[in-house]
Amino acid sequence: MTETPDLEQNPIIAIIRGWRPEAVAAVNSFRGELTIVIYREHLLPLAGFLNSDAGLGFTYLSDVTGVDRFPIEPRFELNYHLLSLSRRQTVRLRTRLPGDDPVVQSVVPVWPTANWHEREIFDLLGIRFEGHPNLRRMLLPEDWEGYPLRKDYPVEGPR
Amino acid sequence: MTTVQTATGPEQTMVLNMGPQHPSTHGVLRVLLELDGENIVKADVDIGYLHTGIEKTAEALTYSQAITITDRMDYLAPLSNNLAYCLAVEKLLGLEVPKRAQYIRVLLTELTRIGSHLVWLGTHAIDLGAMSVFLYCFREREEILKIFELVSGQRMMTSYFRIGGLALEPPVGWTDQVQKIVNTFPSRFDEYEELLTKNRIWIGRTQGVGVLSAKDAIAMGVSGPSLRGSGVDYDVRKYFPYSSYDEFDFQVPVRTECDCYARYLCRVAEMRESLKIVRQALKKIPPEGPVKADAPGIVPPQREKMKTEMEALIYHFKIFTEGFAPPPGEVYQRIESPRGELGCFIASDGSPKPYRMRMRAPSFVNLQALQKMVEGRLVADAIACIGTLDIVLGEIDR
Repeated sequence: MTETPDLEQNPIIAIIRGWRPEAVAAVNSFRGELTIVIYREHLLPLAGFLNSDAGLGFTYLSDVTGVDRFPIEPRFELNYHLLSLSRRQTVRLRTRLPGDDPVVQSVVPVWPTANWHEREIFDLLGIRFEGHPNLRRMLLPEDWEGYPLRKDYPVEGPR
Repeated sequence: MTTVQTATGPEQTMVLNMGPQHPSTHGVLRVLLELDGENIVKADVDIGYLHTGIEKTAEALTYSQAITITDRMDYLAPLSNNLAYCLAVEKLLGLEVPKRAQYIRVLLTELTRIGSHLVWLGTHAIDLGAMSVFLYCFREREEILKIFELVSGQRMMTSYFRIGGLALEPPVGWTDQVQKIVNTFPSRFDEYEELLTKNRIWIGRTQGVGVLSAKDAIAMGVSGPSLRGSGVDYDVRKYFPYSSYDEFDFQVPVRTECDCYARYLCRVAEMRESLKIVRQALKKIPPEGPVKADAPGIVPPQREKMKTEMEALIYHFKIFTEGFAPPPGEVYQRIESPRGELGCFIASDGSPKPYRMRMRAPSFVNLQALQKMVEGRLVADAIACIGTLDIVLGEIDR
């Protein structure tokens, strides 16, 4: 997962680096999929930029996935899978969150579809999304304690 | 509860539960409807009644074992789920699947699409009062389920696709059965259209109902026929072809009216297009050839070889005890399931079990649009809207 030289020629990366070079932590390509790792404070501005920039046009958020990398720090990883319908291109945005402070800004103002994705991640992984209009549990009962998808939660459940 | 102005003065709204046990919610879905008489002021969707922790369970199973739980998510199109997962793992491994297996996968996935749309049509019609259509659709679906039973032994939870190809060689003469379907179905689809498409009651119940503009649909991440009924032609089979779909000639029906009727027309047209693909696949599938990739450490060897050759026996043993370990990395594979973009995200840490398996269920995302579609409309329209989104609670809740 190293940065190969021809990735710098990739127009998407070039545009993002041109916009705000300090946002990008790393870039890699695996099995033909481009992943851009960014720092969490730049997530919402970059989301707005990718959505509104006519050259990129990433108006469609396919999926938000959370991964718990316990015990590696930063513990939580959020993957945003974006699709540009006009250019038929996809990209993955990744940001890492520390285990003791799993908070990040919600991208609902940019892509309303993130509403339920973020609720589900909050429900199962315990990552909080600031600015989310309705951050409460959805799959598990409202009074459930614990976050099942975390690696320190047993598969059989609390026993 | 809020206060609304009615013809007789200010009134309190009433909150009514639709579900979780309700014949028209297509599963255990609970919609809290805040009503002003028959008008819906606000709708709140409550899911999670079918949550079984599939994603967590997958982390405890090996890659091959996890195929069986993917069936259970979108239980009306189990082969689609299998395909999404197998393609994702094959992408992770960089494994090339033989063409014969790819064509058979396409054929069975398109039959699954027809079967799923038949259930949708039957249940959507019966919700809105057209009761005869239901049994006709299920009569056709029986033929498709018989094909699945013929090739895999199972009518529904087939788990027929494996990492590297198919589970078994399909039996001799199975293509004749599929040919029968291809010959008889077009006239059956004409029958359904005769019952519904120009029917005044159907048009009255579905035209202008559940309007979702293209801009809203894209913002809400809606996909599949629900999106194509609003004029956006996003179909993963055309945008990012997988499993040799680019070798097949088919159209993607798109309508611009953005209402339930448009989505109905899209899905019926899709059934016909799927038959076209099945017809082409029947001609393309070579009569003989491997149905599994040749990858010794990943795809189990043939049983005859396993019983006579030592190397094959060792591979068999290692695969079924340890499992195979893909390289560390993450992949996201999209396919076009009957409901929309089904995505499978797999994060691997180099161990034989998936570190994280996430299925991006199209119904989960499409259901978000329900709130926008029903607010300000009648309760009866809520039934039409839930039906038109074609949701399956198994994949919403996982």
